[in-house]
Amino acid sequence: MCGVCGCGTDGVSINKPHQHEENEHQHNHDHDHDHHHHHHGDKMIIDLERDILSKNNVEAARNRGYFEAKNIFTLNLVSSPGSGKTSILETTLKDLKEKFPFYVIEGDQQTLNDANRIDALNVPVIQVNTGKGCHLESDMIYDAVKQLKPKDDSILMIENVGNLVCPSMFDLGEQKRVVIISITEGEDKPIKYPDMFHSADICIINKIDLLPYLKFDLEALKKYALQVNHHLQFFEVSATTGQGMDTWYKWLETELERNKQKNS
Amino acid sequence: MHELSIAMGIINIAKKETEKANKTSVELIELEIGSLAGVELESLEYVWETAVKNTVLENAKLEIDFKDAKAECLECNTIYSMKKMYDSCPKCNSYFKNILQGKELRVKSLEVI
Ligand SMILES: Nc1nc2c(ncn2[C@@H]2O[C@H](COP(=O)(O)OP(=O)(O)OP(=O)(O)O)[C@@H](O)[C@H]2O)c(=O)[nH]1
Ligand SMILES: [Mg+2]
Ligand SMILES: [Zn+2]
Repeated sequence: MCGVCGCGTDGVSINKPHQHEENEHQHNHDHDHDHHHHHHGDKMIIDLERDILSKNNVEAARNRGYFEAKNIFTLNLVSSPGSGKTSILETTLKDLKEKFPFYVIEGDQQTLNDANRIDALNVPVIQVNTGKGCHLESDMIYDAVKQLKPKDDSILMIENVGNLVCPSMFDLGEQKRVVIISITEGEDKPIKYPDMFHSADICIINKIDLLPYLKFDLEALKKYALQVNHHLQFFEVSATTGQGMDTWYKWLETELERNKQKNS
Repeated sequence: MHELSIAMGIINIAKKETEKANKTSVELIELEIGSLAGVELESLEYVWETAVKNTVLENAKLEIDFKDAKAECLECNTIYSMKKMYDSCPKCNSYFKNILQGKELRVKSLEVI
């Protein structure tokens, strides 16, 4: 078992679509630090004050530096299973892939299904299977990016493992974090799972084509989400019908331009 | 369940430090965990026993220093303790706040032999 990500004996594998599942589990476990030691006979007390997530945070910083140097705009898409992360990606890629170069990293515990859906659109994609792991970590992104080799001035979309809890704690080095919620999940999700909404930059509300069939209070959802994160910006979309997708595209283009200014 | 990742992160830190000190095992490990750190203490304790088997932490006593969360209201500057991320200022009801304490997730110290 990996001593850091606890990903279990089946480990993490990183694959291109249709490729055989080979194990590519590399971690770089070294870092240096200072701290104090006291001796009491044979016993020794080590005062550490070490952040438990420091390894992931250091590796996220490394990813971020790489993305900035190559002006790659990176998004981390998080949501519960089935909120529509892959569907939103599919619609976005169909509409924008002639305009911008896209790359995708798919995270799931098992299967190449999502990577195959992206591959069908002829967009370069890598699937990370986390095995028992419930979230992506920065070293997996580093390994996936090495295989994906994204071009300068491109957009990298990372679809995290469907899970509204764990991915919130793990920075991947992304520029922006996008939380997706579909209206079949209930309006109180932001206060039930506050960490994810607290750590996100924008919130896409998906499946609004189903509004006529459900008792769903959009305003209540937004109110709850703003209680947890008063910076959150909302986009109401349907990945299936395409409704509202243009507002999200506009945001993407604006942020892309802003990111370019910052990195040049 | 990310508590397993957290436990593995702790084990990794403990193993390195124990080796560096030329010791073989940890007697006591002290963690500092904030109430907003995103870690369920019960889940962590649940995975702990299995996770530390055959590691330097196998026989270590686990002590957790739990930190309550504190925020500063950005409207009226009141400092208040919060239970939940969405708690509002008790004085002016504003949700605009700066979190001062409660995000800690650290290995504070180790006692090694
Ligand atoms: N009605 C409706 N259904 C949608 C919409 N978006 C996605 N779906 C459906 O929701 C289901 C899940 O969509 P996915 O895109 O696979 O969701 P996901 O978040 O990628 O799921 P995981 O990767 O498994 O976590 C599929 O059956 C989609 O067809 C939408 O806007 N409207
Ligand atoms: Mg998906
Ligand atoms: Zn106030």
